[in-house]
Amino acid sequence: MKSAPISMNYRRRKAVDRTMRLICLLMALCIMIPLFSLMIYVTVRGLKRFDLDFFIHLPAPVGEPGGGMANAIVGTITMILIASCFSLPISILGGVYLAEAGKTRFASLVRFTADVLSGVPSIVVGIFVYQVLVKPMHQFSALAGGLALAILMIPLVTRTTEELIKLVPRNMMEGSLALGAPRWKTTLFVVLQAARAGIATGVLLAVARVAGETAPLLFTSLNNQFWPSQISEPTASLTVQVFTFAISPFQDWQDQAWTGALVLLILVVGVSLLSRLTLKGGRGLAN
Amino acid sequence: MPLSTDPRRTPPAIPGGSRGQGDLKPRQSGDPLQNTMPESRPPKAKKSWGDPVFKSITLIFAAAILVLALAIAVELLASALPAIKGMGWHFFLTQKWDPVMEQFGGLAFIYGTIVSSLIAFLIATPFGIGISIFLTELAPRWLREPVSFLIEILAAIPSVVYGLWGIFVLAPLLSVHFDPYLIRWIGRPFFARPSNGLSLFSAGIILAIMILPTIMAISREVFLAIPRSAREGALALGATRWETIVVAVVSPSKPGLMGAVMLGLGRALGETMAVTMIIGNRPLISLNLLAPSHSIASVIANEFAEATSDMHLSALAELGLVLMGITILINIAARVMVWSTSSKLRALEKA
Repeated sequence: MKSAPISMNYRRRKAVDRTMRLICLLMALCIMIPLFSLMIYVTVRGLKRFDLDFFIHLPAPVGEPGGGMANAIVGTITMILIASCFSLPISILGGVYLAEAGKTRFASLVRFTADVLSGVPSIVVGIFVYQVLVKPMHQFSALAGGLALAILMIPLVTRTTEELIKLVPRNMMEGSLALGAPRWKTTLFVVLQAARAGIATGVLLAVARVAGETAPLLFTSLNNQFWPSQISEPTASLTVQVFTFAISPFQDWQDQAWTGALVLLILVVGVSLLSRLTLKGGRGLAN
Repeated sequence: MPLSTDPRRTPPAIPGGSRGQGDLKPRQSGDPLQNTMPESRPPKAKKSWGDPVFKSITLIFAAAILVLALAIAVELLASALPAIKGMGWHFFLTQKWDPVMEQFGGLAFIYGTIVSSLIAFLIATPFGIGISIFLTELAPRWLREPVSFLIEILAAIPSVVYGLWGIFVLAPLLSVHFDPYLIRWIGRPFFARPSNGLSLFSAGIILAIMILPTIMAISREVFLAIPRSAREGALALGATRWETIVVAVVSPSKPGLMGAVMLGLGRALGETMAVTMIIGNRPLISLNLLAPSHSIASVIANEFAEATSDMHLSALAELGLVLMGITILINIAARVMVWSTSSKLRALEKA
C-alpha cells in the first residue's frame, strides 16, 4: 500500500537527477560553441592573408593592396625581451625567496600582494607606466611598453616559480646539504636545476599571456608604421596593430587583423600544448 | 671504540662518515675518521657569509614586488589628485564628460562597467558552476582532460582576438538572431530598438565567455578538495547522484564558489579590449541594454593617448584609480573566501 507514494517520490527524484545532469552536460556543450566558432573563424579568415608578405612587409598605405605586419611582429618580440629582462630576475629570485621562507608573515604578505597584483587590470598598469616613464621621457617608447608587460609578468612568474620549487623532492635538497654544500649553492644548482624545465614553461606561458596584451600598450608603446630603430621611440605591436586594423573600415586591413589574430592564436595554443607536455614530463620525474 | 662512536654523535662529522659507509675502501685506511672533524669546518665557515647574502638578495627581489604594488597605487593616486580636487563628488554623480569644457563626470562609465560586468556575472555563474560539476563529478574520465584543456585555451586567448570575433561574428549574430526575440519577449525598458549589436548586452555576453574559465578553474579546484568520503556517505544514504552533488559537494564549497565567481567578476570589471571593441563607445546611461554604452576601461583605452590637457589625463587616471580600487577589493575578498574554504576542507580531510 505504502509503496506507491514512495516510488512516486523516487521517480520524481530520479527525474530531477536526470534533468540536472543533462543540463550540466548541455552547459559544457554550450561553451564549446563560442570556442569553436572563434577558432574556426580566426583560422578561416586569417588564412586569407597568411602569406610571406604578411611576415616580411611593412603595413601598406590605405587603398594599396598587400603589406604586412613585420614591424609589429618585431616590435612585439622586442618588448617581450625587454619585459623578460626586467621581470625574470625579480620574479624568479622572488619566487625562490617565497618557496624558502615558507609561511612567515612577510612571505605571506608578498604572496598576497603578488596575487592581488595579478588581478589589477592591465590598463591600470598602462596608466602607471605612462606616468612614470612616458611623461618624463616625453615620448611613447618600446621601453615603456616592455616595462608595462614586465609588471604584468612578475606576479605570474613569481607564483609559478614558487610552486615549482616546492614540487622538487625534499630529499634532493637534503642530499645536497648532506654532502656539505651550503644552502645557497643547493638552491641555485640543485633545486633550481631540478625545477628548470617547469620554470621555463611557466615563463613561456607568461610570455604568451603578455604577448596577447593590448590595453597597456595603447599609451605606452603606441604604434608605428615603420621599422623600429630604437627602443626609445613609438613601436608597433601585433596586438595594437590587430586592434587598429580591426576597427578600420578597410577590407584589406580587416583581413590582416584576422591574420594577426591567427598568429596570436597559434602562439597561445602552441604554448599551452607545449606546457601540458613539459609539465607532465616534469611531474613524472618528480614522482 | 671511543674514536668510532665520537663522529656519529657530533653532527658535523656525518657527511664524511656517511661517505665512508657507502664506500668500504676509505674506511679501512682509518685516517679519514680523524680528518673529518677539521675538514668539515671550512664549509661551515663559508656558509656564514654565503647564505645570508643569498637570502638577502632574494629578499630584496621579493620586497620589490611589494614596492611595485605600492608604487602603482601611490602614483595613480597622485596623478588622479587634480581631478579629485577639481571635481570632488561631482565626478561620481554627474555624467557630463566634456574634455573641451574641462567638465568630467564619470557616472556613465561607472554605470557601463558595472552593468556589463553584472550581465557577465549573471550568465557565467550558472554556466561556470554547472560545467565544473560536469567536469569533476559527471564526465567520464577520458573526457575530463581534453575538455579542461579546451577551457584552458579559452582562458589564454588574447582579449583583442575576442574583440575581433565580437565585432565581426558575435555582434551581427546577436543583432539579427537574438536581439529581436529579446525585444519581442521581454521588451521595454531593458530591450528596445534599435540594435546593431554594439551594445551593453553584447559586451556582457563576450565578458561572460571570457570570465567563464576563471570561474571554472577555481570552482573545480574547490570541488576537488572535497574528500571522496563525503560523496560516498551521501550515496550510501540513498541520495541520487544529483542530490549527492548538491548536499556533499556544492553546499560545503559555497564560500569557495562565491570566491570563484567574484574573481571572475574582478576580471570582467577590468577587461578592456574586447569591451572597447563591442560596447559601442557612447557615454549614455540608459536602461535599454541594447543601446551602445561605454565603460571605465574603454574610455581610458580610447582617450588616454590623445588626451592633451592635464585635467583630462587626471580625470582618466581617477577613473583608473576607481577601477583599481574596486578590483583590488573584490580580489582580496575572493581570495580570502577561496582560501578559507579550501583550508577548512583540507583540515576536514586530515581529521
